[in-house]
Amino acid sequence: MISKTYTIINPTGFHVRPTKTFVQTANTFPCKISVIAKGKKVNGKSSLSMLTLGIAMNEEVTLEIDGEQEEQALETLGQLLTEIHE
Amino acid sequence: MTLTLKGIAASPGIAIAPVFHLASERFIPTEQSVQDSVQEIETFRRAVASTREEVEAIRAKTEERLGADKAEIFEGHLMILEDPDFIEAIEQKIAEESIDAQFALHEISKHFIDLLQSMADELLRGRAVDIEDVSGRIMSHLRGVPHTDLANLSEECIIVARNLTPSDTAQLNLNFVRGFVTEIGSRTSHSAIMARSLEIPAIVGIGQAVHDMKEQAVIIVDAAEGIVLIEPTEEELAAYQEKKQKDDLRRAELSKLKDKLTLSKDGKQVELAANIGSLEDIQRAIDNGAEGIGLFRTEFLYMGRSSLPTEEEQFTSYKYALEKMNSKPVVIRTLDIGGDKELPYMELPKESNPFLGQRALRLCLDRQDLFRTQLRALLRASRYGNLKIMFPMIAVLEELLEAKKLLEEEKQKLIAEGVQLAEHIEIGMMVEIPAAAVAADLFAPEVDFFSIGTNDLIQYTMAADRMNETVSYLYQPWHPSLLRLISFVIQAAEKEGKWVGMCGEMAGDHTAIPLLLGLGLHEFSMSAGSILQARELIGQLDQSEWSVHANQALTMRSTQEITQFVERTRNGVIHHD
Repeated sequence: MISKTYTIINPTGFHVRPTKTFVQTANTFPCKISVIAKGKKVNGKSSLSMLTLGIAMNEEVTLEIDGEQEEQALETLGQLLTEIHE
Repeated sequence: MTLTLKGIAASPGIAIAPVFHLASERFIPTEQSVQDSVQEIETFRRAVASTREEVEAIRAKTEERLGADKAEIFEGHLMILEDPDFIEAIEQKIAEESIDAQFALHEISKHFIDLLQSMADELLRGRAVDIEDVSGRIMSHLRGVPHTDLANLSEECIIVARNLTPSDTAQLNLNFVRGFVTEIGSRTSHSAIMARSLEIPAIVGIGQAVHDMKEQAVIIVDAAEGIVLIEPTEEELAAYQEKKQKDDLRRAELSKLKDKLTLSKDGKQVELAANIGSLEDIQRAIDNGAEGIGLFRTEFLYMGRSSLPTEEEQFTSYKYALEKMNSKPVVIRTLDIGGDKELPYMELPKESNPFLGQRALRLCLDRQDLFRTQLRALLRASRYGNLKIMFPMIAVLEELLEAKKLLEEEKQKLIAEGVQLAEHIEIGMMVEIPAAAVAADLFAPEVDFFSIGTNDLIQYTMAADRMNETVSYLYQPWHPSLLRLISFVIQAAEKEGKWVGMCGEMAGDHTAIPLLLGLGLHEFSMSAGSILQARELIGQLDQSEWSVHANQALTMRSTQEITQFVERTRNGVIHHD
């Protein structure tokens, strides 16, 4: 299992559109993807659970990835977390 | 007797029609145990599949009718239908507790709805409606009862409901639906946004009283006033019929002007732009026919947070605005903080005269770290559109030259870093301090444009705090002193071949517009909702005639004399040969 922490820069936080992109990308990987923010851990392949985290701009988010292709998933999704914007 | 209810006007216009209550009582199932949970899961999956087909169809229809961005909401619905935490949680609940699909669906959707509704963010709270919408649809399939289909309405009506879900709104049959009224909702709720794009009058958030409206009884929705009239009298009905006819005509006339240039009767072209204070305002500006953004207030990026925004965050916002405006001019004003606008995390010292203290550019020149960050973000964003940078609160030439020097330094640094910038970025300044207005001829060679900020210019010219009621009588936009300053600024700019805009309440004011046009103002920046009316007004004015009138106004002795003169002239009482 690998993990890394990122800071969200999108001015409107991690809203519907970025979440959609994130979840769609997460679903292309076979590994288990968890997103941790504000002490809550949710399934990174579920947009509903991601939205309930209510991630705002400047917040720290940790990705925890376990399984096949985990490194590739961490790189791709980590990039999305920091670069994505509406 | 007529009962008048007040709500939030979500979409303008007047509607008069009978009430159609959309059954909003959501079905709440009771828990049933099942013998064969495998079969129950199968039933659930079939309902989900049928729902998906249905939503697909609505999505396609919405895209065709309202465009891809409005249809996007239904992609969100499709995602819910595929969401593992939603779907699997329901299936798991059916299997583990041997309960029926209806109850499992109800429980799991409630869980997510409650979670989202407890969020501080209004947009996220709004997502709860999507889950209600989708689970309501699955529920209908499970129960074998058809979903109320608003597409099948056959008589004109005003829809009354607790709330309209996005799919309800998307299906409204526009041949019959005249308007809608809801118990809950805000200006930014989905139904409100949809109502505006469908151009249906709508009032939301009217409260419990929606349940008192009788089915089939004629009501009046006046979304200009944000009111609903129940059991109106004959007189009221007649008066509103007439008002509605006029209103419809007027709206049709105005909307024709949306993509038109702003030309005076004698063919002189000016630009009508919008003032914006957030990224959400950009769409409103576009919808209202803005030819550009005349004032982008960057303060919102700095407020309501606990630390300064980074260069990257700012870059992202500026780039978004520039791209969204699609090569139309976007005048971005550098940070204008201080005075009455405070930033707690910057711990600025308290001043006894904040409006005359270290605010706006004065602060930026002192705190170069934060100023340079903003300049870099602006420069980096410049290649994504038509950016113009504007410095606020300039009193003396040295301030402008210093700001320009810092901008040039950051520009050179970025070029050295290999960052691509726009070839040319216009640099302008706000004229809001009388010293700058009076010395406009000294500033003009150093800028590409001026933008006259009337709110502050009036306050400083009159030396009257605009918040202080006892001296509010001095807040006189049409006073000869103001007109003379404005006229001087425009003349000084024209000598150097520069353009002059105005941002502030005055630019959208129907008494001021004829005079400003006459004085030769090039750009008028105002709140988005005033643009089309201003375009219509300018089309009725003869610029060359009004330049004569404006010169005459400059010789008058008081605000009263000038406003009366403008009124009379507009009404055609005075004619110059």
